[in-house]
Amino acid sequence: MNWIARSRAKSPWLLHYDCGSCNGCDIEILACLTPLYDIERFGIVNMGNPKHADILLVTGPANHPNYRVLKNLYEQMPEPKVVVVVGSCGCTGGVFHNCPNILGGIDKVIPVDVYVPGCAAKPEAIIDGVVLALEKLKNGK
Amino acid sequence: MAIIFIAAIVVTPFIGGLLRGIDRKLTAHMQGRIGPPIQQPFYDIIKLFSKSQIITTRSPLLLVYGYLLFIVAAVVLFALKQDLLMLILVLGVADVLLVMGSFSTRSPYSQIGSNRELLQMFSYEPILILASIAIYMETGSFLISRIQQPLLPTLWPVYLALLIALIILMRKSPFDISASEHAHQEIVRGIFTEYSGLYLGLIELAHWYELVLVLAVISLLWTAGVWPGILLALFSWFIVLIIDNINARLTWSWMIRTSWVAGIGLSILNIIGLRLFGG
Ligand code: SF4
Repeated sequence: MNWIARSRAKSPWLLHYDCGSCNGCDIEILACLTPLYDIERFGIVNMGNPKHADILLVTGPANHPNYRVLKNLYEQMPEPKVVVVVGSCGCTGGVFHNCPNILGGIDKVIPVDVYVPGCAAKPEAIIDGVVLALEKLKNGK
Repeated sequence: MAIIFIAAIVVTPFIGGLLRGIDRKLTAHMQGRIGPPIQQPFYDIIKLFSKSQIITTRSPLLLVYGYLLFIVAAVVLFALKQDLLMLILVLGVADVLLVMGSFSTRSPYSQIGSNRELLQMFSYEPILILASIAIYMETGSFLISRIQQPLLPTLWPVYLALLIALIILMRKSPFDISASEHAHQEIVRGIFTEYSGLYLGLIELAHWYELVLVLAVISLLWTAGVWPGILLALFSWFIVLIIDNINARLTWSWMIRTSWVAGIGLSILNIIGLRLFGG
C-alpha cells in the first residue's frame, strides 16, 4: 500500500485544458516546463491525453460553448484523479464573471480539489498547487 | 537452464527500467534541466498498475498480453542462445499484436499511430533480418551460441545499420513517429492513446524487455568476452540519446528513405563484401 501511495505521489501526469482563458495562465504553465522550474524533477509529465493523466490542470472560466468538453475530459481520466484550477478566472469567473457566455468557476461543472488564484498565477504558485494536489492523489481520494 | 530462464525473465525488466531512468536523467541534463530521479520509471509503472481501469474495447487488452508474452519469449530465446532469425521473427509477431490492438479501437489517433507503427516495422525489420544473415555468413550458423569471434571488424556497416534500427525501436527522434515519445503532439500519444492504467503499464514493461533485448543483439557483434559487448551496447545506446536530443521529429517518408537507403544499403553492401572477399 505504502509503495502505491509513494508512486502515485512521485509520478503525477498532467493534462492541461484551456477552457477559454486569456492565455496568460497557460503561458505560466508552460513556463513550469522550462529549465528554470523543470517540473519533471518531481516526475511530472505534461501528457496531453486524458486516459494517461492523473491531474487535470484547467485554466479559464467554465462557459457554455465548452463545458461539455471539460466534463468529457474529466470523465475519461481513470481514478484516482484530481483537478487543479489555475488562475482567478477559473476559480470564480474572475475578470469574465458577468459575461453572458460564462457559467462561472470550473467548480460549476466538475469537482475541483485545488484552487490556485492569481491573474496570472505565478509558476511558483502553480507548482505549489500541484504539490498540494499530490497529497490528495496519494491517498487515492 | 532453468536458472537462466528465470533470471532472463526477472532481471531483464530491472535493467530495462534502470536504463530508461538514466535515459530520462541524461536527456534532462543535456537540455540543462535537473530531471527526474533515476528510479522514476518504476514509480510510473507502479502508479499505472494501481490506476482504475477504463475499458472502451476489449480485444486490445488480450493483444497487449500477447505483445508482452512474445517479447518475453524473444528474451528467453536470446538467454538460451537460440536461433537469431527466429528471435527476430518472434519480435516481429509481438509488434504486429500491438498494432492489431490499436487498430481495433476507433480512436483516429491510435489508427494513425498504428499505421505509422507498421511503417516503422517496414523500416527496421529488413535491417534486423539482413544483420542476422550477415552474422550467419560470418559464423556459418544462425545460432547465437555459435558466435565466438568478434564480428565488428568485418561487420561494421551492419553495426551502423543496426544503430538506425535501434533509434526506431527505442522510439527516439528523428524516428518517433508512431507514438510521439514527447507527448503533446499532433497525434496525442499515437499508438498508445487508447491504452490506460494497467495496460499502458504492461506495454511499458514490454518496452523495457525490448530495449534490453535489442541492446543484447547489438552486443553480440563483439563477443570476445562479455564486457566489450556490453560496453559496445551501452555506447550505441548513448549515441542514440545524443541523436535524440539534437534532432527534430521527421516525417514517415523521410524515415523510410533513411532506413532503406542507408540501413538496407549498408547491410547489403556488407553482405556482398563478405561474399566477394570471404570476410
Ligand atoms: S486568471 Fe487572468 S491571466 Fe489567468 S487566464 Fe484568467 S484572465 Fe488570463
